[in-house]
Amino acid sequence: MDNQDPKFQLSTKGSRARLLDFVAPIPLIGWLLGILAAVLVEYFLGDYISYYLGLPKIPVLFGFLTVLKKPLLIPGTMGYMILVYGLPILIIVKSLQKPANKLAAFLDKRRVTVAALVHLALFYGALHLWADISDYRLLVIKLAMIAIMLTLSINVINGYMGEFSCSHPGFMALGAYTASTITLFFFANDKLFGEALLPEALGFYFFPLALIAGGIVAAIGALVIAIPSFRTRGDYLAIISLAFLFIVKSLIENLEFVGGPRGMSSQPDYSNLPMVFTVMVLCIWIINNFVRSTMGKALNAIRDNELAAEAMTVNTRKTKIITFMFAAFWAGVAGGLFAHVLRYVNPGSFGIQRLAEILAMVYFGGLNSVTGSIVGALSINILSEALRPLEIYKWIIIPLLLIVVMLVRPTGLIAFTEFKPKELMKPKQNKVEV
Amino acid sequence: MDLFLQNIVNGLQWGSFYALIALGYSMVYSILMLFNFAHGDVFMVGSYIGFGVATALLGLAAMSGIPLPGWFILILTIIFTMFITSFVGVFIERVGYRPLRDAPRASAAITGLMIGIILETGNLAILGARRLSFPQLIESTTYQFGGVYVTDKKILIVGVSLGLMFLLHRFIQKSKWGMAMRAMSFDFQAVPLMGISINRIAPLTFAIGSALAAAAGILYGLAYPVLDPYMGILLGWKAFVAAILGGRGSILGAALAGFLLGFIEIFVAWVFPSTLRDVIAYSIILLILTFRPHGFFGQAHSTQLRL
Repeated sequence: MDNQDPKFQLSTKGSRARLLDFVAPIPLIGWLLGILAAVLVEYFLGDYISYYLGLPKIPVLFGFLTVLKKPLLIPGTMGYMILVYGLPILIIVKSLQKPANKLAAFLDKRRVTVAALVHLALFYGALHLWADISDYRLLVIKLAMIAIMLTLSINVINGYMGEFSCSHPGFMALGAYTASTITLFFFANDKLFGEALLPEALGFYFFPLALIAGGIVAAIGALVIAIPSFRTRGDYLAIISLAFLFIVKSLIENLEFVGGPRGMSSQPDYSNLPMVFTVMVLCIWIINNFVRSTMGKALNAIRDNELAAEAMTVNTRKTKIITFMFAAFWAGVAGGLFAHVLRYVNPGSFGIQRLAEILAMVYFGGLNSVTGSIVGALSINILSEALRPLEIYKWIIIPLLLIVVMLVRPTGLIAFTEFKPKELMKPKQNKVEV
Repeated sequence: MDLFLQNIVNGLQWGSFYALIALGYSMVYSILMLFNFAHGDVFMVGSYIGFGVATALLGLAAMSGIPLPGWFILILTIIFTMFITSFVGVFIERVGYRPLRDAPRASAAITGLMIGIILETGNLAILGARRLSFPQLIESTTYQFGGVYVTDKKILIVGVSLGLMFLLHRFIQKSKWGMAMRAMSFDFQAVPLMGISINRIAPLTFAIGSALAAAAGILYGLAYPVLDPYMGILLGWKAFVAAILGGRGSILGAALAGFLLGFIEIFVAWVFPSTLRDVIAYSIILLILTFRPHGFFGQAHSTQLRL
């Protein structure tokens, strides 16, 4: 219709639109390849680059820590970020745009599982190399992944079902203690349970079973909350779940055979990166399928109007029980991983502080949204690590940020969206408008 | 028997903290249908402000050379502190709750929680990690009735909290403002149409609740003189439990449930090993809520809530 010169059109666009034009034709797999390239550059050349830029060592967390500790190193750090991350990503992403789109189109015709596995393999490769640089990175990543699992599972209750459950640290504690008890009892020589009963080499392969056992115990614990939830909801359920949290914490403090208030230590190092990553991917996948299933829609119906849902043949009791147990299961699994990442748990780490942290992550990221949970967990986690040099002021800045987010977007950053892996992995060529 | 009576006295003292704090939760709830999750930290702030006021008054008295009696300073401290802390409540309402009045309820809960964290951390950043010890304004004398030992502080704590509750009751029942508050809690939608502005009632409610929490903070400081920035968390959450247990929005229920929670905790610690206190106390509460899901005095709302 309009015969305007495309060049002229381009020049009238704002910088934001131009950025979008630049980004739009790049498929997810292109970005992953770019990230992989950047990480490879860092892996092989990071030491040299940081040496020539005058940095003491490779900036661990995107330079945040370095910049906050030593402001004089800001130019060097920025140069490092551009050289190691910015440039390689840009070059690879742009130069591989066509092949990447072809690859994406090829994968798009295959089953979504295959495509997802290819993407995940690329992503895991990048993550592994990135985390290989320092142990600190490894720990941060693992904790962030566990936070994602926790946030997702609490989102099922608080976001999708619309309850205000405060018991997640309790579920986590149940999972952490069950899994730790199993691994310590069978596969480790330690103070609490003595000699290992089974050969230690087997331990790693039985670790998933220990995690599942932890999840199941947490799910059974969730019945304590699920059954009162038939008759009440809202604030009273919040209290019941809060009481549950107090009870679990206090009970563990009184159980001498799991160490009482001193906690359990020297869990075997089973939560390595592939393990945490696999469990997290499984968790995201299963929870995403759950909330998109018929039962997931029933959750929304219960949240919006319980009576109407009941009238529309939703079995509210069954749905509530299953949902609570399901979410608690994943919280328990996350707790088991958590115990084996830190290799030390005590009841104090499952208190109200942890609850505030989890609630902050889920409400920051966005209710009723898998993407939101991932974003919320990652951003709060990485932020709280990155601001670590600020020491105590960190806990003023992060709450302030959360308050601002709540005031601007009361349901969270990315709320009420569906997470569709297939859409995400689609080739982007045909989206370019001329 | 003596031990039993002694525990009743202890329970009364311990319960009055819970009751005073729970009142704040309950009052805010009855107006806004929201809980002020920063309330436990308002208690903490009140305690610190009380510390500051008491120290300042003691210093003034020493400087001017007028020998003011301890109880007089205490009364002044309570009054000034309640006044100052009420502004903290108004501030919280203005920043965290007013902009979110139509938002999902959970968002306001999160802002409340975050304001609480800011209060704690701000306190830690300003005053440092050292613990302050609350000035002991009155001499501790112990009276003996039969086998029961009662200190004058215990009498003071229970007396002041009961007195404040009585004043609150009179205020709510008899004054014009109290009537407006009752009307507001009766119908959130229609009352603003009758010329009563929620933007005046809600800050008032927060102010009164915070003032009561501040009084609790001072009394707590008298009984347990060590102040630390995180002292409000556990006490605040437990008072929140009491507020719910009494029936949300019910002033009388909150006060009674506060005392009940105090009694339960003290008596559980008396009968069982004290480490089991939380397990048993909260199991009892869980049972109560399972059979009376709306607390003692709460009306059975419909299950539909604003989220």
